[in-house]
Amino acid sequence: MDVLAASDTLRLDVKALDYGILAVYFALVITIGLLAKRAIATSEDFFLSGRALPAWVTGLAFISANLGAIEILGMAANGAQYGMSTVHFYWIGAVPAMVFLGLVMMPFYYGSKVRSVPEYLRRRYNRPTHLYNALTFATSSVLIAGVNLYALGIVLEATLGWPLWLSVVVSAFFVLVYITLGGLSGAIYNEVLQFFIIVAGLIPILVVGLHSVGGWSGLQAAVAKTDLGADSFNTWQGTGIPWTNALGDWVGIVFGLGFVLSFGYWTTNFAEVQRALSAKDMSAAQRTPLIGAYPKIFIPFLTIIPGLIALVVVPRLGKSDALPYNDAIPLLMDQFLPSGALGVAMAGLLAAFMAGMAANVSSFNTVFTYDIWQTYVRPGRPDGYYLRVGRVVTVAGVLVGILTAFIASGYSNIMIYIQLLFSFFNAPLFATFIIGMFWKRVSPMSGIAGLAAGTAGAAIMHFWAYHLPYFYPGGVIDPTHATMNEQMANFYGAILAFLLDAVVTVVVTLMGEPKPEAELAGLVWGIPDPSAPDPSTLPKPLWWQSPKVLGFGALGITAVLSLVFL
Amino acid sequence: MSKEQSGEPVSGASKLFDLRVLIGGLFTLYGVILTVVGLLASEAMRTKAAGININLWMGLGMLLLGVFFLLWWRLRPLRHDPPPSD
Repeated sequence: MDVLAASDTLRLDVKALDYGILAVYFALVITIGLLAKRAIATSEDFFLSGRALPAWVTGLAFISANLGAIEILGMAANGAQYGMSTVHFYWIGAVPAMVFLGLVMMPFYYGSKVRSVPEYLRRRYNRPTHLYNALTFATSSVLIAGVNLYALGIVLEATLGWPLWLSVVVSAFFVLVYITLGGLSGAIYNEVLQFFIIVAGLIPILVVGLHSVGGWSGLQAAVAKTDLGADSFNTWQGTGIPWTNALGDWVGIVFGLGFVLSFGYWTTNFAEVQRALSAKDMSAAQRTPLIGAYPKIFIPFLTIIPGLIALVVVPRLGKSDALPYNDAIPLLMDQFLPSGALGVAMAGLLAAFMAGMAANVSSFNTVFTYDIWQTYVRPGRPDGYYLRVGRVVTVAGVLVGILTAFIASGYSNIMIYIQLLFSFFNAPLFATFIIGMFWKRVSPMSGIAGLAAGTAGAAIMHFWAYHLPYFYPGGVIDPTHATMNEQMANFYGAILAFLLDAVVTVVVTLMGEPKPEAELAGLVWGIPDPSAPDPSTLPKPLWWQSPKVLGFGALGITAVLSLVFL
Repeated sequence: MSKEQSGEPVSGASKLFDLRVLIGGLFTLYGVILTVVGLLASEAMRTKAAGININLWMGLGMLLLGVFFLLWWRLRPLRHDPPPSD
């Protein structure tokens, strides 16, 4: 079984058939961009798909936008490194947050007709809060676009033998073409197509992999013999205080990862919320994250379990520099997929990286054009001007992404790099949104003050944790800091950020004047927008389209699975 | 471009094509290719995939999904609400 131990390098055996499958896919990617271009006449067509898409399209794009390098390679790597506890990223993290977004927060976003998440902050708080959020979001999306691009580059280098720079430039070119032409519709349509192709590519890896290790019980028995041990199938194992689980204790997982980081990411990250804003009506916007939640529940079976299979099939995985954990999925493709299936899986993987990058660039260009350029630099121009700015900014964003791709190479585990960024900027965001959305007294200046305090809190915790024995396995500080549990430090950093933001928001609010209620119509709970249509006049959705049914259904399935894998 | 600059531009969103055709077309094409490759699969290809004729199964699965999307597209065609200005 251990064919790779001899050569210790990964190079896929790609045949003409696979290249043919890839060529068809890439031709279609460009075709979507060209066809979507015909539907762009205004800047809202370009940045928000003219708010005309059906819920199944926006819902699948909602999770596809996040199904990039981080998710597929990173979650398989985490699966191999930490075992089934990695499902907490999905079942404690993503799914409850997506349901909360659909049921609770979406009416404020979609109903207030804001064009971006920073724009919500501008109307709820003030311009400094808005500028702070718009700038940090624009910067971090370009960085993440670069991370996706870099991940794509190393995969192409490892599997096809292309030089890193060539893979980076070629894939950036494809993304550039389809989102500069097709705008958000080009990005979203490609994301939906990518969703199906990546699932089609990952299922055979799971099926063949599980079959070869002797099914589920065979996998459990084999993993029990590895360093990970038999406990790796119990998701809450070792999360007590003091902890032994690689993700740390339950406080960090439930409050840090779940409540703060995941809610912050899924409910306030514009790359996600933008997909819902492009939906054709309020009902479709609410259903966008709820429809996305269902596939999200099952994605760990396509990422984490292949990670565990790779651990069994490739015993040296993670033990040498030539076989990093991030290679788990490409290694399995090499091991198990014959020509044909391999081509589809390759297309899925490359599509995922491109979509991950495109999602970030297409949200970056919207925030830059509407929130920075139109708001602060060149206001009051005709709509066609902002459409052109959007296209130019898209090109610039891709170029900066290429530069960032090389910066990203400094960190060994992509997942931790991304988590670090999110914990600084996103963690305080959720506090600012949730308090501002539900307490009309909150004053404009408390927005920026709370965000700044929270971001500082996350950064302080990041460096402080290195000097706290609790963050080291066994409670003993390692002078080299190598064994420090960085995941747990991030989770705790998020908790501190949330608390600091909340405290500062309340204190500054009590010292200042609240915003006049007329300016808060439709933005805050309890102050309805007088111009909004009366809910009783709207057509009633069919029972299976009801957001409550969809949302609680997703939570129910997640609860059952959580008990099964307890 | 000049049309966009004069007065309030009108959204072109109703011209957006139906994605179901493309998903259906791609999966039908891939499905047919993989099914054929699966039917002609050599012993080596099967051995590699732990004895499963993975191309055949994958091909049939993708074909099914492709046909589903094409049928959905044919039976429930996209209808755009007439633009309010016309």
